[in-house]
Amino acid sequence: MPENIKVNVHHVTRVEGHGNIVVDVRDGTLEKCELQIVETPRFFEAMLRGRPYHQASHITSRICGICAIGHATASLRATERALQVQLSEQTQLLRRLAFHGEILDSHILHVYMLVAPDFLGVGSVIPLATSHPDIVKRALHMKKFSGDLCQTIVGRHTHPIAMTVGGFTHFPTVQELVELRERAEALIADVDATVELFGTLPWPAFERETEFVALVQPDDYGFIDGKIGSSDGYELELDEYRQVTNERLAPHSTAKHAAFNRDSYMVGALARYNLKHQHLSPRAKAAAAHLGLSAPCYRPYLNSAAQVVEIVHCIDDVIQVLDTLIERGVEREDPAPVTLSPHARGVGACDVPRGILFHEYQIGEDGLIEEANCIIPTGQNLANIDRDMRALVPTILTEPEEQITLKLEMLVRAYDPCISCSTHFLNVEFTGK
Amino acid sequence: MSAKPKIAFFDFTSCEGCQLTVIDALQTHLGLLDLVEIVQFREAMSEKGQDYQIAFIEGSCTRKSDEARLLAIREQASAVVALGACAHLGGVNSMKNRWPIENVQAYVYGQNGKDAYESYPARPISAVIKVDAVIPGCPIDRHEFLRVVQMMLQGRTPRLPDYPLCVECKLRENACLNTLGIPCLGPITRAGCEAICPSYGDGCEGCRGWHPEANFEYMREILRGHGLSDHEIDARFTMFNHYQMEQMSGHAPLSEAVAPVTDTSLPTSSFAAPKED
Repeated sequence: MPENIKVNVHHVTRVEGHGNIVVDVRDGTLEKCELQIVETPRFFEAMLRGRPYHQASHITSRICGICAIGHATASLRATERALQVQLSEQTQLLRRLAFHGEILDSHILHVYMLVAPDFLGVGSVIPLATSHPDIVKRALHMKKFSGDLCQTIVGRHTHPIAMTVGGFTHFPTVQELVELRERAEALIADVDATVELFGTLPWPAFERETEFVALVQPDDYGFIDGKIGSSDGYELELDEYRQVTNERLAPHSTAKHAAFNRDSYMVGALARYNLKHQHLSPRAKAAAAHLGLSAPCYRPYLNSAAQVVEIVHCIDDVIQVLDTLIERGVEREDPAPVTLSPHARGVGACDVPRGILFHEYQIGEDGLIEEANCIIPTGQNLANIDRDMRALVPTILTEPEEQITLKLEMLVRAYDPCISCSTHFLNVEFTGK
Repeated sequence: MSAKPKIAFFDFTSCEGCQLTVIDALQTHLGLLDLVEIVQFREAMSEKGQDYQIAFIEGSCTRKSDEARLLAIREQASAVVALGACAHLGGVNSMKNRWPIENVQAYVYGQNGKDAYESYPARPISAVIKVDAVIPGCPIDRHEFLRVVQMMLQGRTPRLPDYPLCVECKLRENACLNTLGIPCLGPITRAGCEAICPSYGDGCEGCRGWHPEANFEYMREILRGHGLSDHEIDARFTMFNHYQMEQMSGHAPLSEAVAPVTDTSLPTSSFAAPKED
């Protein structure tokens, strides 16, 4: 076994944002092993102070280009809960469609363009276009659908336009929905091929027991609203989110760290799968079985497989929601009214591609935001990533350095970290030699 | 023809949504990869080539250490393109500029935050280095991106429209939102996005920056006509353009709501700040 190993991945690639991986082994002892977040801090919470409440969702969607609809949704829910807004059924259905569009877009980007190149032995999706053109074409075809779905409902994926407090400023025609329905149906062949492809990948066997946290609802694999569920058996109201996230500063990261019942927890597709797999569509359940997932699954690399399962589920649910909307028709509705009161507080939560996202605002009687807080999934995962790396490194120390680096990068990438959200991310740094 | 021009993408303080829009543009225009060689694009690929000629930069300059990186890119590139509102204007990042930096650091990261995380007021990249072309917007418009790349490859200088957004909105035959009682900054905003927000029923927020003849006083009158307070109007003027409004503060003074905060005491709220160990 080598006595000294230093890994230094400066700015890990194929992740959203800037991060470094640093591993330092001296005399056979693991001295240091961490994911450093080196993204520049953004200060969104501070900026929101004094802003009219209706600007919040358009400002906070700019936290992240990938989860723009997720941030807008959590922001709107926080505002709406503070201002006692009751949403119509149509608004909830349209939001669900836009949200699925983002989950699909983000998961397809992640599994095909960021994760698959590691398994197929190339540095990016660009050489993949030459070596595996069918795979890339399929990914682009699926991504085009998710982008067009977002565009039809909210104008564009990054950054959504038509979502507003209490409703929408634009409504799709039934004809547009019928066309989307046809395209979604036709996409099922691509979805099946995706499950086949990812079923053949050799996911690393590494596992480590941890706590999983996701939004839960009684009878739905829902992504918006609900309660905060934990695999350790806890269930909390959204307003109690601080008990879960317990944010604290970590010196090596511009993103804050979180811990609930243990010293770390995991959020994201694998957490959702573990907590609510029983509510997946029948085809998504079959996909999970094909991909070797069974709850509880403690293998973090399989987060990408859980994302594939959610791609299946979301396409199925998109078809169902479209059917409902086509049958009931789409009406132009004015946004639901708000009730202003002094120092009104509201928490909004949704399970975005990378896990639970919380926004909390306090809004004054004058409609101006007094206080704001945003807690981002990658920030919640950081402590868990550090602990996974610390458990993984001693088991692979005898491997060549490139292999150690690749496995660490793949581990971090499996979490699909979104560092511009949590502030930015990834490089592996081997230090010590 | 000689070797393909090499291009690279860089990100500073931003959401990376403009680079995602570039990836989206490539989905439908893969032919672009036949014309250029992408040597650096951290979000999408592992390779990191240093021999680029055209640098696309997303994000604002928000800390001292960004300056050296920007200068190094400028040194290497024969052309620098500002990609999106953060690089072009300072964008949403500059909203924090109204407070002393210690205030926003303490609000988000607690009383110890000011020592932990380097930051200073956000600026467009043109405040640090010379910029040869701009692709405005939050996010950029993919068609405009493709047009600008095409022009640069032909050795032409891309120019931005110098007329208001209203022109494009009329061409799309949209009903004017301001006449419908919905506040819209189209009359003062530079055209080029084909009025995408008004076309989806939402007023323009000015993410492309102001057109050269923008009349702020008349815009303010229109917005007052919607019953907006000066505070709300200034909040709209400064969502993407806080830095610009600061620069021209002599001409278009801001109301108290978004004017600089001179109080240097640190916020004591624990709303956003983490627990201190």
